[in-house]
Amino acid sequence: MANKLISIQTEPFSVETAIADVKAVSNGIGAVVTFLGIGRDISKGEVITDLNFEHYPGMAEKKLEDIRARALLNFNIIEMAILHRIGPIAIGEDIVLIVAASAHRNDAFMACEWAITELKRVTPIWKTETTSKGAVWVSQTP
Amino acid sequence: MLQVKFFAMLRGIAGVESKEFDISAPVTVRELKEIILADIPALTEALESRSMLISVNQEVAHDNDTVSDGDEVAFLPPFSGG
Repeated sequence: MANKLISIQTEPFSVETAIADVKAVSNGIGAVVTFLGIGRDISKGEVITDLNFEHYPGMAEKKLEDIRARALLNFNIIEMAILHRIGPIAIGEDIVLIVAASAHRNDAFMACEWAITELKRVTPIWKTETTSKGAVWVSQTP
Repeated sequence: MLQVKFFAMLRGIAGVESKEFDISAPVTVRELKEIILADIPALTEALESRSMLISVNQEVAHDNDTVSDGDEVAFLPPFSGG
């Protein structure tokens, strides 16, 4: 089951399918909270035309598995999915999806917020933003 | 041989995605850095930056950790996923 719930992929993901995969885990799920990160057209005042993501194959997937495992351990949630796209991403396209499911909403809200913050902190994924000045590696995102 | 991988902006600076180094006996991460910098001096500023992480066999490592033949070492610039 974890394979479907953790993925780093070039192709777009389906938010509906990811939610359905998480819901299928247990009838005890009463709340699902999602975070969806999207390619934005402005960064630090510059117009962005393209985004491109790369990852450290193997290590990045392990980090996402680890975030899921720690979320299941430390929050009162029933399941979590984490999907991240790599490669070229157009403005407006989905980049990352976290799905947290719990019996009651508060646990899913807390786990989802923690998971995206932790993903940004520990997962070896990098992006370039292309502006009129060319493509630049982004060293940190808030 | 020990494989060193360069990700993101480091690949551009190093001019290669990865490089193999012949390490006969185990060395510390700090010593390995010196060996790499002697070979690719352009990486000096980047590899000495406090924000640069190092991994050994896909686990985050520190300057005093040991690396040896067959290990996979990577230099990881600040992440920007999500």
